[in-house]
Amino acid sequence: MSEDSTQPKETLFSVKNRKLLTNPLGPENPINVQVLGICSVLAITVQLQTSLVMAISVVAVMGFANVIISLLRKGIPPRIRIIVQLTVIASLVILVDQLLKAFVYDISRQLSVFVGLIITNCIIMGRLEAFALHNKPWPSFLDGIGNAAGYGWVLLAVGFFRELFGSGTLMGYQAIPGFMYDIGYENNGFMILPPMALITVGIIIWVQRYKDRRLIDIS
Amino acid sequence: MSNRYVFFYASAMVIIVALVLSGAATLLRPLQERNMRIEKMQNILSAINIIADRAEAEEVFDRYITSSIIVDHQGREIEGDAFEVDLRDEIRKDVADRQLPLFIAEVNGETFYIVPLRGGGLWGPIWGYLGLESDLATIAGANFDHASETPGLGAEIADQSFEAQFRGKRIFDDDTNFRPVRVVKGTAPPDDLHAVDGISGGTITSNGVTNMLREGLQPYTSYFEKIRTS
Repeated sequence: MSEDSTQPKETLFSVKNRKLLTNPLGPENPINVQVLGICSVLAITVQLQTSLVMAISVVAVMGFANVIISLLRKGIPPRIRIIVQLTVIASLVILVDQLLKAFVYDISRQLSVFVGLIITNCIIMGRLEAFALHNKPWPSFLDGIGNAAGYGWVLLAVGFFRELFGSGTLMGYQAIPGFMYDIGYENNGFMILPPMALITVGIIIWVQRYKDRRLIDIS
Repeated sequence: MSNRYVFFYASAMVIIVALVLSGAATLLRPLQERNMRIEKMQNILSAINIIADRAEAEEVFDRYITSSIIVDHQGREIEGDAFEVDLRDEIRKDVADRQLPLFIAEVNGETFYIVPLRGGGLWGPIWGYLGLESDLATIAGANFDHASETPGLGAEIADQSFEAQFRGKRIFDDDTNFRPVRVVKGTAPPDDLHAVDGISGGTITSNGVTNMLREGLQPYTSYFEKIRTS
């Protein structure tokens, strides 16, 4: 257990805690570096709006799941800890799904099965198992939010490029001005298909590794 | 940790989760049902080419849909609220026992009839609404949807370009014999009023639409006959 009660009391946003929030955005990004949770990135990034709702849903599920597991961590029987984690995640996902259906029905129809698939998003369970089980609620919360945000920004970036070049819109509003079409510009239908999401993620990974040489595995 | 503890822990967890989730489902049910009603109204309207957004769907529906009735396969009207008929139950029944909902719309002085349909695709159910002009033979518009057809293939039945093909097609031939529209593999002959282009890679879903149209419209023919001759 990485907990250490002899340490002096940490402030809420100490350097260590801030790292929990910011590391997953860059050098420990769940998608770009750990290459987890790719399937949903391919599926729901055709439009920026669905990406945004998915990102917010994952932030909510991950923040709460990490806190709940962290609060329960001393009581969870180790033999059934995976089942407990799954139950917590699944319940939160069902709640999110129900809320989406009640308040943003159109978006919930577009996300369709992928909200349910948050349950199988390996990032969430990975963080529960690797972090929340051994840490206090506040760092766990930051870790959850940080990782979900790391997933979220990649989702938004991919959604941005796919919607802009695939449909010429952003958040459903026309983004490419009309005169561009008059002089022969055309939307790239390929951007709407899943393979382009993979290529977009690939480019993001490429750029990130070019900037941060530590990520390049030279073994 | 003892087995007893593990059992106790698991049971308590399941009970708490069940309580929380069923509580949330009960609380949110009215909102969700309203959303589904509105979606159904939007779909019915889009079968006669009226696009209404969520906020105004109920008002637009009340303005254009003047009446809705339930008929049986012999063309008699029966009691009931057509909007509440669930086709999921109806298509399992014998044709003779089926309640057949029919929505009647009045748009700029013209009468339209909207028939709800339901059938099977490749992976799951498909459904839709077919709008007919006042001659009860010419298709004014169609709206299809599906639960889980393959994106890019079978799922294309819900695409506007597929639905638009149905406009102007006919479900009766010139001698008023029932001849529904078929979704043919490849390209339909341009002068064929009873066929539309199929979806490449979505043949089973396309056939599902063909069957849905044939089986779904057949029971209505006696009622249509009655109206035409009256």
